[in-house]
Amino acid sequence: MTLGYRDEELLADVIARLIGSVRHVAVGNASPIPATAALLARERGVGRPYVSLLQSRKHNFFTDGARELFDCAGQGRIDVFFLSGGQIDGHGNVNLVSTGEYQRPRVRFPGSFGSSYLYYVVPKVILFRTEHSRRTLVPKVDFISAPGASEANVYRPGGPIALVTNRCLFSFANGRFTLTSVHPGHTTEEVLDNTGFDFDRPDSVPETPAPTSETLRMMREVVAPQLAEVYPQFAAQIFGVRQAAFAR
Amino acid sequence: MFQLAKSVDDAIAPIGDGCMLVVPREVSGVPMEATRALVRRGIKQLHLVALPTSSLQADLLVGAGCVETLETSAVSLGELGPAPRFSAAVTSGTIKLKDATCPALHAALQASEKGVPFMPLRGLLGSDVLRYRDDWKVIANPFGDNDPIVLLPAIKPDVALIHALMADGFGNVWIGRQRELATMAHAADRTIATVEKIHDGNLLDDPVLAAGTLPGFYIDAVAVADRGAWPLGLPDHYGADADHLALYARMAATEAGFEDYLKQYVYEKRAA
Repeated sequence: MTLGYRDEELLADVIARLIGSVRHVAVGNASPIPATAALLARERGVGRPYVSLLQSRKHNFFTDGARELFDCAGQGRIDVFFLSGGQIDGHGNVNLVSTGEYQRPRVRFPGSFGSSYLYYVVPKVILFRTEHSRRTLVPKVDFISAPGASEANVYRPGGPIALVTNRCLFSFANGRFTLTSVHPGHTTEEVLDNTGFDFDRPDSVPETPAPTSETLRMMREVVAPQLAEVYPQFAAQIFGVRQAAFAR
Repeated sequence: MFQLAKSVDDAIAPIGDGCMLVVPREVSGVPMEATRALVRRGIKQLHLVALPTSSLQADLLVGAGCVETLETSAVSLGELGPAPRFSAAVTSGTIKLKDATCPALHAALQASEKGVPFMPLRGLLGSDVLRYRDDWKVIANPFGDNDPIVLLPAIKPDVALIHALMADGFGNVWIGRQRELATMAHAADRTIATVEKIHDGNLLDDPVLAAGTLPGFYIDAVAVADRGAWPLGLPDHYGADADHLALYARMAATEAGFEDYLKQYVYEKRAA
């Protein structure tokens, strides 16, 4: 903790900036850092964007069942979504299914969730994968849950805009990643060593700005207690917030 | 007149070997007591459809050898990590898996709701999810110009199995805002519900409750199962039992541990 903040807090701050000024951010399963970022963006924006945490009762205004999120996205009513992957490749393809042969996998992941649809229809999809290694960032994914880019005749108003890892931030455009900034304590050489795909980079790569003390205060005091409902382990480990005991 | 089932076992009697059974996602009211009863009965060859994902329920049924085909867009224990018995079954090839994506499962059940043979869905083109689904087709949008789109055949389950807060003596079941439970019931041939309690009176008489009520018209059997979603939560009523789920994740990590779990928490009547 020599930097005065945790990796997760830096990453949430980076993601909150990527969210920008939008109307509706949705956060799917197993995404505690994006959920932190979305709630932080809402605190900064004084009630905007609307934030939908899929697994939450409190931070979820849908009343027409689990399908409403997807119907909403299909109409363009969701501006930002987050995806991760067991593997992500340099073309922005994500793999949430398995490694090795699909019919006889080496490792099985949970499954594609909504990615095979949301990646196409949500304008700003932010990829996040905290483990930045050649195991996760690969030349070519073994299974395409959702492709980073599509043929010209495929209906595709959405797609990836960035990839956030524990080492750096990449932007994504025209089918390729570009190294945008390297997080404090990490180096471009380290990013090159640990990335399995080719990417573009400027001659001099800036350092990711550290979260301000006001951002950290907001995250710890206002956002963290709201996270505990959906991510009790994360809220406890990162922010030391314990969930109120459930009514029995 | 509607008859309340005497027990969970009686209510689930129509679910036989080879049944196509649709179950809800982990946060929508999962009938875990009924699921344990199915395992105890030794049900086989289920075609399990998870709308659109599952956690403990699918992992338990798969681990206990009850599932032949699993149609889902994901199985995971969330913060507790991968679903161990699901992962083991897929890597060893002991179940047939129909990998989907969440909105595809919703749409395919909505097709059955409407009594139409298929539904179109955006996305999917160029993915391996589509590539490995030979039951899905790509057509040219007949109303568009050079616009390919995926068609999904309707999913018509034999039985929808749900857990909700309450039912009344007329077979009406209050599901609140868990509207996917309605989609499941509309799509399936039969619906079986377990509930926490019986409501005195008719749920449809109160306009506030009626809006969240699944009419008895769709319901074939109701049984009371107190804390019937345990160790999962029942939305707005009780939370998941995080300690027990962590225990499950630890025990189910190995086949032997999973067998112990079944012995202690499924075959023996639970003590919680």
